[in-house]
Amino acid sequence: MKWFKSKTETKHDITKEISNIEKRFEFLRIGTALFISLLLIVLVIALVSKDPLSAVRELLTGPLQTIRRMGNVVELAIPLTFTGLAISMVFKTKRFNLAAEGAFYMAAMASVMVAIYSPFPPLLTIILGILAGAVVGGFLGFIPAIIKHKFGANELIVSLMQNYIIAFFVQYLLNYVVRDPDSYSIKSYDLPEGVSLFRFITGTRIHVGLILLILIVIAAYIILYRTKWGYVLRLTGSNEKFAKFSGVNVTFVIIIAQVLGTAIAGIGGAVEMYGIYPAFIYTASPGYGWDGIIVATLARLNPAFVPVAALFIAYIRVGADILNRSTNIPPEIVTIVQAIIILFIAAKAFLRHQKEKKIIEKSREVADEGAH
Amino acid sequence: MPNNIVLEMNNITKIYSNGVIANKDAHLSIEASEIHALLGENGAGKTTLMKVLFGIEQLTSGEILLNGKNVKISNPLEAIALGIGMVHQHFMLDERLTVTENIILGMEPTKGLSLDYKKAAQMVKEVSEKYNFKVDLNKLVMDLSVGKKQKVEILKALIRGAKILILDEPTAVLTPQETTELFEQLLILKNQGHSIVFITHKLKEVKEICDRATVMRLGVYQGTYAIKDVTVRDLSKLMVGRDVVRKVEKKPLNVGNPVLRVEHLKVLNDESKVVVNDVSFAVRQGQILGVAGVEGNGQRELIDCITGLETTFSGKIKLDGLTDKDTFNVKNLRKHGMNHIPEDRMVYGVAMEESIQENLISNRYDEKELNNGIFQNRKVIGTLTNDLIKQYQIKTNSRDTLVRMLSGGNMQKVVAAREMSTTMKILVADQPTRGIDVGTATFVHDKIVELRDQGVAILLVSADINEVMEVSDSLIVMYEGCIAAYFENIKDVTEENLGLYMLGIKKMSEDEIKGVYA
Repeated sequence: MKWFKSKTETKHDITKEISNIEKRFEFLRIGTALFISLLLIVLVIALVSKDPLSAVRELLTGPLQTIRRMGNVVELAIPLTFTGLAISMVFKTKRFNLAAEGAFYMAAMASVMVAIYSPFPPLLTIILGILAGAVVGGFLGFIPAIIKHKFGANELIVSLMQNYIIAFFVQYLLNYVVRDPDSYSIKSYDLPEGVSLFRFITGTRIHVGLILLILIVIAAYIILYRTKWGYVLRLTGSNEKFAKFSGVNVTFVIIIAQVLGTAIAGIGGAVEMYGIYPAFIYTASPGYGWDGIIVATLARLNPAFVPVAALFIAYIRVGADILNRSTNIPPEIVTIVQAIIILFIAAKAFLRHQKEKKIIEKSREVADEGAH
Repeated sequence: MPNNIVLEMNNITKIYSNGVIANKDAHLSIEASEIHALLGENGAGKTTLMKVLFGIEQLTSGEILLNGKNVKISNPLEAIALGIGMVHQHFMLDERLTVTENIILGMEPTKGLSLDYKKAAQMVKEVSEKYNFKVDLNKLVMDLSVGKKQKVEILKALIRGAKILILDEPTAVLTPQETTELFEQLLILKNQGHSIVFITHKLKEVKEICDRATVMRLGVYQGTYAIKDVTVRDLSKLMVGRDVVRKVEKKPLNVGNPVLRVEHLKVLNDESKVVVNDVSFAVRQGQILGVAGVEGNGQRELIDCITGLETTFSGKIKLDGLTDKDTFNVKNLRKHGMNHIPEDRMVYGVAMEESIQENLISNRYDEKELNNGIFQNRKVIGTLTNDLIKQYQIKTNSRDTLVRMLSGGNMQKVVAAREMSTTMKILVADQPTRGIDVGTATFVHDKIVELRDQGVAILLVSADINEVMEVSDSLIVMYEGCIAAYFENIKDVTEENLGLYMLGIKKMSEDEIKGVYA
């Protein structure tokens, strides 16, 4: 009888400790992944560089050395956050719709076209262009979602195919519709005077799109964790059958998440155009949709962590670019970091044994205390 | 006596990787030629202890001695090689192969590259004759009854040379008649020198057939006893820590209007086989209608249709105020007062990775009181969850604990708390106490009866004969998709008689069954 009591009392004190252990190992996993990838990079640099020490220093601290470089990090983090947020929303429902990649590219083109052909004053044009980006993005997210729903075609494959179609379609539009014939390089007509986002930190290109982005991040977090829609979305992602059993219109939730998520990537495309570029110059997609997958994975699909993850990825990219300018090491070296991070985060078995051992030890400890 | 001990497990501790302690310093010793009961409630750690023995789970600490020799068993193949066999609660058979093919799978005799079916048949026949098993060896497993499938499982273990046979709750799926047959079989095995570990929580059966019993409670060894020296009451006290023999208290029946009507329901499965055939019945206010039957006789499909999870069927289902088939979906049904405790709680009952709170509000998250405009009213939700946790005695320190951290019994309490705490006209309770401890089961039964006394209609589906007989007011029995029997008054039902209907040996006439619908 004594055992019975002590066991029920102690058993539940331990749930908190176990979830603490789990959390600690989650951080440890990401930390170890970062450490190992950086170690590998240093190794590669040491092999090819004449002055490995300063090369590593360039890579790690380069982005912090001037305001302009710090600006570069933030500038790059902006589109990465948009697509990372987009992918996070979509992946929350366990639907691997990658339309965000095409959406960013297509929405960038759409916003430029709006700007070129708009009869309205600049401010209205900007608003229209960003809205156009959102609509284009949402629509592209909708296609794989609805095809999956109606015909059961895998959304991953459909969205990948769609990204190719979009890539060529945008190139067509660039070459045959909006191309500036007076320019030697392949670029669109210039955006009209005033159709650009205000840059508020001198010496950088950081623009007011950043503020819009912060608002979207906060809104996404609040919707996801403070409203009933977010609740339904999380429930559906966590256990679709249970959500259906509870009376949730699961199909609707899943489709709407893909539409809204991908629309964020579209907004990102438009904001990037108006914020950074004087004309459309992407002859190929910048691939921010793919990067969004990395960012979303690193942020564990939590909107609050997405900007942090985006800043990190942007930081090492800018570092690699700087390194490339001062040495002959190609900037693609960062893909090693990214690959290793993704690998370690995705590999669920990594450190699992250690984690389980820790949990078992803790359980036994608590149980023994209870027994005495 | 110590001479004929074939197996000893000493100080076995097993802690799962989520921190759950399944066994703590457990002991077990098995003699040759004995039927040894491993007795304990659901969640007492019986199955885990046997999984450790069979190599499915690895022990955290402790030792296993087989014929006095220390052995390490790291997978089932090693266990089989050591002469240990296990028949699981859920059968591990390929439904589309014949009995013979199933039995020799993995050890088939071959002729060149092909299976030597003749030799295989010969091998299987020898074993089945040796132990007097009556199974048609050339039948497809899918055409066998549950009792026969179990025999195939036992044969599978025997042909691989099992001297120690572990049976995990073998009678849970059997009718009384099949149970009797199984016991005869087990006695034959015992007399031929086999040792049988009989995992169960049914004391009557232990008394009937076992020689000794090892009792476990909450993962802890409570002792080993010779059956002839102890009474059922002693064992039950050891098992639960208090008396379990207890009757469900019910107020006199006060039946009102029908809430749910099912008319000529017919359901085909994916293979166009009829799984529910012309079923009609009604459930009324203040009545608990039990649905008994061996699992797989159409109960699941029936419930899926009634609760809106399956929408392809012919016939009519009418819930008070909701008759149009097009509007017959889960959301509408819930809105019209149908609550549902699902059969499979892991899949339909909870979201494991979400907190207790999130799990408790899934059927009412869009109620006005729980929301403040577009935001969730976290204060109200918090109070509500805390109340439910208290009222339904969910053991946790915090409503934010993830559901996967809870024991099976507490998970079921989460489901029950959610489904029984909104106003409703009908509750569909599908296996509401499967796999949970007696305490929680009693609690759930009491709550069901409480709702019935308030005038809620209850449809109770259970494969557990004792449960349907104890809790229901009226009872239907399902066999092969049809209603085989209807008892208006549960007091007219005996266990044996019920078994005959469940097995399809007896079937009532349409006139006798009609009453359930009229």
